[in-house]
Amino acid sequence: MLSLFAHWQTLKQNPRNAWIAWIALGLLLVALPFLSDWTLGRSWVRILAFVLLYVMLALGLNIVVGFAGLLDLGYVAFFAVGAYLYALLASPHFGIHLPFWVLLPLGALVACVFGVLLGAPTLRLRGDYLAIVTLGFGEIIRIFLNNLNAPINLTNGPQGVNLIDPVSFGDFSLSKSHDLFGINFAPVHNYYYLFLVIALIIIFVGFRLQHSRLGRAWAAIREDEVAAAATGINTRNMKLLAFAMGASFGGVSGGLFAGFQGFVSPESFTLIESVMVLCMVVLGGMGHIPGVIVGAILLVALPEALRYLGPLQQSLFNKVLVDPADLRMLLFGLVLVVMMIFRPSGIWPSPTRQRELTPEDGIANQEKESVYDANR
Amino acid sequence: MSLLQAQQLKVSYGGINAVKSVDFHISKGELVALIGANGAGKTSTLKALCGMIKAKGNIFYGGADITNQPSCKLVNLGIVLVPEGRGIFSRLSIEENLHMGAYSRHKRREIRADFIKMYDLFPRLAKRRKQLAGTLSGGEQQMLAIARALMSRPRLLLLDEPSMGLAPLMVNKIFTTIKAVSAEGVTILLVEQNAKLALEISHRGYVMESGTIMLSDSAQNLLNSTQVKQAYLGE
Repeated sequence: MLSLFAHWQTLKQNPRNAWIAWIALGLLLVALPFLSDWTLGRSWVRILAFVLLYVMLALGLNIVVGFAGLLDLGYVAFFAVGAYLYALLASPHFGIHLPFWVLLPLGALVACVFGVLLGAPTLRLRGDYLAIVTLGFGEIIRIFLNNLNAPINLTNGPQGVNLIDPVSFGDFSLSKSHDLFGINFAPVHNYYYLFLVIALIIIFVGFRLQHSRLGRAWAAIREDEVAAAATGINTRNMKLLAFAMGASFGGVSGGLFAGFQGFVSPESFTLIESVMVLCMVVLGGMGHIPGVIVGAILLVALPEALRYLGPLQQSLFNKVLVDPADLRMLLFGLVLVVMMIFRPSGIWPSPTRQRELTPEDGIANQEKESVYDANR
Repeated sequence: MSLLQAQQLKVSYGGINAVKSVDFHISKGELVALIGANGAGKTSTLKALCGMIKAKGNIFYGGADITNQPSCKLVNLGIVLVPEGRGIFSRLSIEENLHMGAYSRHKRREIRADFIKMYDLFPRLAKRRKQLAGTLSGGEQQMLAIARALMSRPRLLLLDEPSMGLAPLMVNKIFTTIKAVSAEGVTILLVEQNAKLALEISHRGYVMESGTIMLSDSAQNLLNSTQVKQAYLGE
């Protein structure tokens, strides 16, 4: 995998090869659901769709944690807000059926508001303290969703909201099979392509944000808040904006999730979801968009791949020795630990982070040299 | 007319009064030293001036009352702090650090010209512009912090302990730079513990002690005053 990244760096320097690589990657992404149909089976197309959902989530959290350096342990709350907004406004629960193109921006907007709601009281908090408050916020949202079925039934409580309208563009419903260009697109294919398009938009927005004035201001706040304020950054507004932006990405992916699943319940939005998304960001390479994407792919696909441990044991020993469900999480945890030991700054850290860890740029050398310079 | 005037400025943390009603002024183009021992209230005074902490009393800047304005607004007015302990963005490159200094400005051509100016003033930064700021030596980091502040074209530069934790040779270099910046017409308030060095380059000085200003005179007179000599210069 390392050599692959090294190869990527050399590709960048050769524009023609880079184009070929991009086109190949594009074709692969388009063909991927059909490739997995033929090889691994239909269930993997669904997993691919989830990979894309988590890429969106991880990129949203990356704005808060990676860019602005604000540790958020309750990120799944925004995912929940987006999902429930979609569920309540496009299901028989209230009898409201708003179209998808209204719900998606609305989800982003409402999640934004919740982001500011979380951000405003926590502006003075940093690090561990901020993490605790955000953790509480995530739980509050979940508990509200769980209990808001009385006295007025808003969320239908633990039963969740059922029969959510599928995503559709006019009469073109994504939850039906379509025959286009002589190819049969199953619902899960349709959703995969929708998620792919939106994930690409989110990736693009993420890159633009990172290299904007805004992104630089976030980086400055992350590095030193006092100094950031001293350079004229309105740290309060910038932090709120980071929360709001991150939350809106979460809201969008929540809406997509609701449309895709057709069912939401508070169970889907537990603390472990927040922790998993945070893992994707940290493990992939905080603040580095390609790294975060790799982190999301790995952390969604790995537990699924480990499901094959059951059949594998069966074929090796003719019986299942260890319950695959136990073994799966055990190995998953082990992989996380090993990765963090061998790649502490992430699987694919930003070049800046890598530079920081290379010895020739070390502080000791500079210190020595600077004394000589001063003597001259 | 004075550029900055503080009247009965008070800063308190909970019940502790760090700054107990101080009055001072800084004229345009001056280099003023604010000296005093640890805990005299120097940094608190400075933080109040640049809007980092809440203060009582009045601060006038160019005739307008700017008391308790947020620091992001004050930067736009030209009041810029170089924080104690330098406060550079260690995981950004030197160039990016300087870019951040120009955050409040928008004219790209002028900013580019200032980049060249900064690299002229600090050739050591030019050599390392792609390097992460955290890998610089202490002295270089201090230079970067000053350069970053200058990138915003300040009218009043507030320097908090620029000599902190630096080797004597480096301290001399930094002070020479401060003098050069002052000579270019930037008004400077220099907070220092190294009283002798600070007074040697300053026009005027204030001596602070447990939250009040004890002495105020020209820098030369302060250097010669027996009180200052006994308390700060160890003579």
